[in-house]
Amino acid sequence: MNPRTLLRLLAGLVSLTLVAAACGDDSDGADGGDGGGTTCEVGEVDGDLALYNWAEYLDPDLVTAFEEEFGVSVVEDTYDSNEAMQPIISAGNSGYDLIVPSDYMVSILIESGDLMAIQKDAVPNLANLLPEFASGLPFDPDATYSAPYQWGTTGFGVDLAVTGDDVPQTWGLVFDPALREQYGLNGAFTLLNDPRETLGAALKYLGYSLNTTSDEELAEAKALVSEAAGSIAAFDSDQYDELLVSGNSALAHGFSGNFLTQFGGADNPDQYTYFVPEEGGTRWVDNMAVVVDAPHPCTAHAFMNFLLDAENGAALTNWNYYASPNEAAQPFIDAEVLEDPIVYPEDTSQLEFISDTGDFEINFSDAFIEAVG
Amino acid sequence: MTATTARPRGVTRFALTINAVLVFVFFYAPIAILTLFSFSDDRLVGRWGGFTLGWYRDFAANDEVQDALWVSVRVAIVSTIVSVVLGTLAALALERFRFRGQRVFDAVLYLPIIIPDVTMAVMMLLFFAQGIDLVNDMFGTSFRKGVGTVTLSHIAFNISFVSVVVRARLAGMSQVLEEAALDLYASRWKTFRHITLPQIMPGIVGGALLALTLSLDDVVITQFVAGPGSTTLPVYVFSLIRKGVTPLINAVSVVMLVASIILVLLSLLADRVRTSGS
Repeated sequence: MNPRTLLRLLAGLVSLTLVAAACGDDSDGADGGDGGGTTCEVGEVDGDLALYNWAEYLDPDLVTAFEEEFGVSVVEDTYDSNEAMQPIISAGNSGYDLIVPSDYMVSILIESGDLMAIQKDAVPNLANLLPEFASGLPFDPDATYSAPYQWGTTGFGVDLAVTGDDVPQTWGLVFDPALREQYGLNGAFTLLNDPRETLGAALKYLGYSLNTTSDEELAEAKALVSEAAGSIAAFDSDQYDELLVSGNSALAHGFSGNFLTQFGGADNPDQYTYFVPEEGGTRWVDNMAVVVDAPHPCTAHAFMNFLLDAENGAALTNWNYYASPNEAAQPFIDAEVLEDPIVYPEDTSQLEFISDTGDFEINFSDAFIEAVG
Repeated sequence: MTATTARPRGVTRFALTINAVLVFVFFYAPIAILTLFSFSDDRLVGRWGGFTLGWYRDFAANDEVQDALWVSVRVAIVSTIVSVVLGTLAALALERFRFRGQRVFDAVLYLPIIIPDVTMAVMMLLFFAQGIDLVNDMFGTSFRKGVGTVTLSHIAFNISFVSVVVRARLAGMSQVLEEAALDLYASRWKTFRHITLPQIMPGIVGGALLALTLSLDDVVITQFVAGPGSTTLPVYVFSLIRKGVTPLINAVSVVMLVASIILVLLSLLADRVRTSGS
């Protein structure tokens, strides 16, 4: 190929890209405007629902019930992490109507303009939410863009056969070498491979907020994690529950619902327990949010309203064993779930949501990388 | 053929045998273990709990897994057929003709093999996000991401792999027969159909199998370009990891494994029938 042809080709490519980019921006704006402009009535549907959700998080019977009641079909696709979902939504034209991001991811998506403000008139069941979930959540204080779906906690899953039944409920089990020794946990515990969760646990143990932006407090927490790393079995976020139940670890740091499912399948479920240490820990909440360029925003609102219904909300919790933010749903939740302290901790006063610390976030990552070594 | 053959002797022979055995153990032991544990009656993926067919029954009853499998198969078949045609044509063009821009075309064709998956995935994501907008605005259509975009992106990376395989076959092939056919007044098309195509067929079949496997396998690119209703089996399995892997996944893998073994056997059989026929 001679240089002239090559140049021509390049010029063509560049201009094509520019045109594409320009058009893309134009219509992005238009889409956003359109979405804001359409008003949906209660229960109005404008097409089939495309739902992007965590795997095994939604009772298939609820999907069927929604399809029958509203005469639309639901397509559900699944993702394994907030980070896998976010770029697909942020690139635009994802085709999805409703997504279920976790707390911190909601603020990221709001900031990048990927969520549509909820038309609260179309979702009267928002009134069913517990007051603490109805507004004032750190990632979306006025609940403009999101409505809670389910919540849970982060804590310890413990193998009582190793530690004995009298195990104290404290983060000291991993951060205090004497306690670790006493309960046979050296080399037999796992911590989440997650800067905010694991440094957060150390911060709670020290009596600080896990959303601290103090360099000194973070340095103290980092020293604790670094010391614990010396006798840890693994930093693990995927298989900690299986490692515990298969006898490869005696104590695991992880999410409530996962432990509950895993314990249920174990040979001897009573051998295991889960608790949030008394110093407090993290509480997380996954949320429903409408994508800014959703092809069917009204169906998305109708589905949101449907899931926030008292009986449907209860059915969801009875199916996936995560706690419901829905106050009206409580009478319909199975007693064994409602009374299970793993699902519903008795004392929530010490629990904190992880909030976005902005520019300080990088310090958490750096400290964690150095502590893990 | 001018290659001389000699049998290895003594220590060499022994070492080569051991090496071959080890290589096969390395390749097949994980598959054997996977197959074994797909019959394990225990919720934990790596613990033996007695024989059961339960996971295969779960597989047969699980709509989500089956939907995903069906999407995978559809995407794999369509993308294989299209990429085999385009990849073979590209290989022929590069090997048999000289044209302007050939060097650039050559280099560009192999890019998808060199570029990391994630990079390609992000490029595709942006391409479809912007491109669909552009097309919809210009023609008033309402295209969406979905099975179509997944298939297109699989075609995009498969073309490279198919053309590499076919081209290797073409390069090692003498043109004497083709020239003879042309001398005897066979048309270009006839020459291609009766001389070239049969000779490069093993390359095409190999390329097709490679394309099929790559398409059935791909997670990263598929996850990025998928839209509503186009979750493929590997992507679905990947999303389950958060919830803990059960032997259901082993069962699914064994089913796919058996399906691909049957495919390979069929292609070998087809090859044998043809060679014994000629």
